[in-house]
Amino acid sequence: MLAKRIIPCLDIDRGRVVKGIKFEDVQDAGDPVEVARKYDAQGADELVFLDITASVDDRPTLFQTVEAVARQIYIPLTVGGGVRNCADVRALLSAGADKVSINTAAVDNPDFVSEAGGRYGVQCIVVAIDAKRVNKKKEPVRWEVFTHGGRKSTGLDAIEWARTIVQKGAGELLVTSIDRDGTKGGYDNELLRAISDAVSVPVIASGGVGTLEHLYDGFHDGGVDAVLAASIFHQGTYSVGEAKQFLTDKGLLVRR
Amino acid sequence: MASIGVIDYGMGNLHSLGKALERVSDSGRVIISYDPNELLKCDRLVLPGVGGVRECMKELQRLELNEMVAEAARSKPMLGVCLGMQVMLEWSDENGGVPALGLFPGRVTRFPDPPEDGSPNRLKVPHMGWNRVRQVQQHPLWRGVPDQTWFYFVHSYHAVPTNPAHIMGSTDYGASFASAIARDNIAAFQFHPEKSQNYGMMLLANFTQWDPA
Repeated sequence: MLAKRIIPCLDIDRGRVVKGIKFEDVQDAGDPVEVARKYDAQGADELVFLDITASVDDRPTLFQTVEAVARQIYIPLTVGGGVRNCADVRALLSAGADKVSINTAAVDNPDFVSEAGGRYGVQCIVVAIDAKRVNKKKEPVRWEVFTHGGRKSTGLDAIEWARTIVQKGAGELLVTSIDRDGTKGGYDNELLRAISDAVSVPVIASGGVGTLEHLYDGFHDGGVDAVLAASIFHQGTYSVGEAKQFLTDKGLLVRR
Repeated sequence: MASIGVIDYGMGNLHSLGKALERVSDSGRVIISYDPNELLKCDRLVLPGVGGVRECMKELQRLELNEMVAEAARSKPMLGVCLGMQVMLEWSDENGGVPALGLFPGRVTRFPDPPEDGSPNRLKVPHMGWNRVRQVQQHPLWRGVPDQTWFYFVHSYHAVPTNPAHIMGSTDYGASFASAIARDNIAAFQFHPEKSQNYGMMLLANFTQWDPA
């Protein structure tokens, strides 16, 4: 049977891995090839690179980074951040990315997802959904899609949006809870469950991991197919291997 | 000098596969090309592929690569990967139904879509991630690779070969399906060896040394 996946996420700024809290207090955390190799050796099932480079002039640096990593690491690599059109998708795939993650551009133009999926295959099109709880107290729970790092409201209902964009051709969804991101309080499993049940494609959980129990909860309560985590791995709190041991002990099937 | 031709019909990501083959073939050259004549000069061929089957067959025909593949398939060691495996069958249900290369009798069909009821064990489509491959028969390409090794998959359609003797490996996803097929000088994997770490590399290395004669 298919294994549950563990995916470390690396923020990339001008060709370096960086870590910081919500884009502030950003610190250098190493060479992407070295960091990727470390996670590969620990048993990471895939890697996600999120390019946070502010200037588009630095874009070629990202391609060099992707190329350097893809030359040496033989597990799937997803690259996101600033993917606006099919030329961006093609450039990243040519550099060696296996999948690209599309966020704002999917909201601006859902047909872009259809076009990219049709041209390059839906298996390489990940749509990132940043969702936030917007219901008032005592109202039924409701999540809305936000863009621009959670600052810009779109008015889209997150569950409806997930359904729509999968129909358009998203092969996988990367769902981040803006409420939980950076809190280390665990994923928003209610959100994950609602989206996972609503769509036929795999869902990756993101935003809020602080413990290994949170990873388990994402699978068990959130019903996701993969979990993404950044800080617990970067800060050395846990290795991917320890996470897999924990999940195995809890009865989940992971690749070891 | 031995050479491996990677058939480039303009779709998908040849970078990883090309680099992986370069890494494992210490003395051989890896040539990525869409020129049938150049590819026919290679000692062995790899047919990769991602994307949709209709577009894939259209491009293979437009570039006159389908005839080259048919000719090479008579004698050269040949490896299909992912969609490159699927087009080796006679027919695919994808994109409304498309006739394919027919190097193996059988068809390609879609995994059933999961019910929309949120039942806990429903299976998502695409089948995406790491799954095990059971080596249902011995084959030189399995050399050094343990039975039930994990490989990386990403696909919504899978091959159903007519002849069970052509199934070299199988994988469970709901039901068992053919994840590796082989006959004579041709082998094909539904999973991505180039994305499957060390044992994926080992499969590719075995292919570069495979002498089916």
